[in-house]
Amino acid sequence: MMQWLPEDVSPYGGSIDALFYFIYYITAAAFILVTALMIIFLYQYRRDDSRRAVYTHGNTGLELVWTIVPALVFIGLGLASKSIWEEVKLNVPETDVEIRVTGKQFNWEVLYPGPDGEFETADDYQVDNDMHVPVGKPVRVFLGSKDVIHSLFMPNLRFKQDMLPGRLIEAWFQANKAGIYEAPCAELCGFGHSGMKGTLYVDTPEDYAAWYDKRWPPAETNGSDASAAETTEEVLASGAVMDAETMPDAEAEPAATEEEAVSAEDVPADSAAQ
Amino acid sequence: MSEAGATAAHDAHAEHHELGFIRTYIFSTDHKMIGRQFIFASILMLIVGGLLAMMMRWELAWPETPVPFTSWISEPFMYPADEDSTVGAVEGLSEYVDPYPGANFAKSLGSVGGAHMDPAFYNSVFTMHATIMIFFVVMPFMVGGFGNYLIPLMIGAGDMAFPVLNMLSFWTAVPATIMIVYSFFVEGGAAAGGWTMYATLSADPTLSGVDTGADLWVISLLILGVSSLMGAINYITTVVNMRAPGMTWFRMPLVIWSLFVTAILLLLALPVLTAALGMLLFDRTMGTSFFMPGGGGEPILWQHLFWFFGHPEVYILVLPAMGVTSDILSTFSRKPIFGYKAMAFSMIALAFLSWIVWGHHMFVSGMNPVLGTAFMLTTMVIAVPSAIKTFNWLGTLWGGNIRFTSPMLFALGFVSNFVIGGLSGIYMASTPVDIFIHDTYFIVAHFHYVVAGIIFGMFAALYYWFPKIFGRMMNETLGKVHFALTYIFFNLAFFPMHFLGVGGHMRRIYNPLQYEFLHDLQWWNVFITMSAFCLGLSQLIFFANFIWSLIAGKKADKNPWEANTLEWTAPSPPGHGNFETTPTVYRGPYEYSSPLVKEDWLPQDRKLGPEAVTASH
Repeated sequence: MMQWLPEDVSPYGGSIDALFYFIYYITAAAFILVTALMIIFLYQYRRDDSRRAVYTHGNTGLELVWTIVPALVFIGLGLASKSIWEEVKLNVPETDVEIRVTGKQFNWEVLYPGPDGEFETADDYQVDNDMHVPVGKPVRVFLGSKDVIHSLFMPNLRFKQDMLPGRLIEAWFQANKAGIYEAPCAELCGFGHSGMKGTLYVDTPEDYAAWYDKRWPPAETNGSDASAAETTEEVLASGAVMDAETMPDAEAEPAATEEEAVSAEDVPADSAAQ
Repeated sequence: MSEAGATAAHDAHAEHHELGFIRTYIFSTDHKMIGRQFIFASILMLIVGGLLAMMMRWELAWPETPVPFTSWISEPFMYPADEDSTVGAVEGLSEYVDPYPGANFAKSLGSVGGAHMDPAFYNSVFTMHATIMIFFVVMPFMVGGFGNYLIPLMIGAGDMAFPVLNMLSFWTAVPATIMIVYSFFVEGGAAAGGWTMYATLSADPTLSGVDTGADLWVISLLILGVSSLMGAINYITTVVNMRAPGMTWFRMPLVIWSLFVTAILLLLALPVLTAALGMLLFDRTMGTSFFMPGGGGEPILWQHLFWFFGHPEVYILVLPAMGVTSDILSTFSRKPIFGYKAMAFSMIALAFLSWIVWGHHMFVSGMNPVLGTAFMLTTMVIAVPSAIKTFNWLGTLWGGNIRFTSPMLFALGFVSNFVIGGLSGIYMASTPVDIFIHDTYFIVAHFHYVVAGIIFGMFAALYYWFPKIFGRMMNETLGKVHFALTYIFFNLAFFPMHFLGVGGHMRRIYNPLQYEFLHDLQWWNVFITMSAFCLGLSQLIFFANFIWSLIAGKKADKNPWEANTLEWTAPSPPGHGNFETTPTVYRGPYEYSSPLVKEDWLPQDRKLGPEAVTASH
């Protein structure tokens, strides 16, 4: 069972997985108990015309036991779940890394606020499906949708959140291990739902700095030229945004090609990053 | 008296014939004929829903290879393939997993009338599989079919309270059924938004690409809701008003309790669905914005409405199977049901609690996380009555004298599957764990253990009451073989879905190979598909047995199982008006192995001497 959960690289995933295994042991014990009793009873009390079945209508003591014991177990599980849920959902850590991910049929539109830290300013950078985040830092993510309900699912981060058109939902995640992770859509969103996925690049500090500096060159961050140079139009022109038609081909490629594709379109000098 | 009764039955029989073919077999107001009509209609739809599942399973095991026997389906749903392209498509799979499991099987079978499935059609297929199985198989079979057949017979009534309303209930379900099947054949195909039809995908035809098909889906369910509502009113009235003398509430069989509680849930839940469907239809066709944010609407409102109906709906589906199981376990254990009142009250508790757990479908929907905690706690509470029922079933087996007949085996199979389905529900009730397994195959495994597990309750009911309904016995040996194969392949097909879910395999995707992290799990998909095919093929044994027994089965006695409840005191099959004389009830339904009598059963209507009556409450 242990290896069936995908590798966890998030700060709270350990608690979720531990809770999962806790429930696993409880339910396994209950299953074995009930199944064993059932098999024993079926064998022990199989038809035998030389005896009569026990004539009883029940037992109040037993009823109380099997009402109260499960109730206590369930309340315990509820309380354990409550504290982890709050850790995940309600205690959002402070951070300066923010991105906005907007679902649209059938891509993730990723928006980076740029050096000014503000969305919807001239130095924003928008790209489809590629999320670059630094390793070991909390990331605040604003989730929205342009058309239907999507759900951003990052299995290795134990992260899943629906994205609703008409709302911006704030969430957070943190990846503690550098690498490339798949980020599929988990909510049926139309004929292209299957295969709708993005890629989460969790960069080492050096790689992240290199990616960041390539996107927003340090010397020019204060100049209006640099901001202008990184408008959406230019990024579109550079081919960084893949449209729905080219997506399936790109997805069918193995990981190595994905890396190449990214380095080619994004950070040519950075191919050693992975 | 028995002679007079026989004459009365004969007269009733004659009167029955005087009604003519149409009034007897088509527009019948007899609850028994209406019950049979529902049973036959839902068995036909079971075949449709099952075949859709087979198409889906093929697609998941060998994605984007030709699906056998589908070349008759036209474009743009299926695209023709020739033998070379079949072989090529299958061989292409080894790019992802090498060696690819079942490749030779897929190659040879895929070239038999194989055609490529369009991804949009795949969405229609799983949407319609769920819609048909839930609304057109389980509900009409258990509630429409057995609810109709059993309620008057088991409470000692001559018919339902409103026979014409009852007839209308069936004949309203017919156009709904025709419409849902017809929706496959309109331009754009059938609804493709999942059976949950989440807005905004469902609310704007341009977003899903399905126009008329989804409208027909909505209208069909609206009509079906009217049908169920008529049934619910009838059941409630009949149970409240028409119980035979002496049939007090706590002498009713648990299957009647379950159908009564189900009818109340239907009466209260359906208006919510009807309202939601109405809003959806207005959004789709008249440009309103109940669920469209562009016009000030709220997509999550649909989810609240849908699941406010949807969770009681789950209990509407499962309660009758629980009732059937209770009756059958008691009968064939030759023992009173363990904890009768606990069983009845736990069903009432399930019914009440089912109204305050709907948010557990929405933990990651964007609903306030604080609300998630509240719904988690109510969900943990609703697990308690389910546990009570399971332990009482075990208590019923304890100390019994168990007869392993086909209905008993299927009832035990239902309990076994319900235990697994109930326990797997706990994972998803826990909010943090649900973050990961929500919308994965874990939930698919869970609800198939519960809802597809109801099929075991359905088969148990059919094998058990077949002699009463059709006057003939089903073949026991074939029944046992059918059970063994169904039980084995059901578990082989659905249990591994838990593993897929734990690995993160999303539901409702048509090609798992598009995700690298799922490649290592793909052989489970092939395994599940093979098991599902075997599960499907095993049902041929049932159909053979069913049809053969209908025509040439051994004639059934009044009471072939030596059971206590009132329907077994009527002839098999009962004539018009059911009972030769209105029965009087002297005791509860589960007086098996009572010390008062020599036999190990004591029918509810059998009058004992005065001293014995006092002794048996």
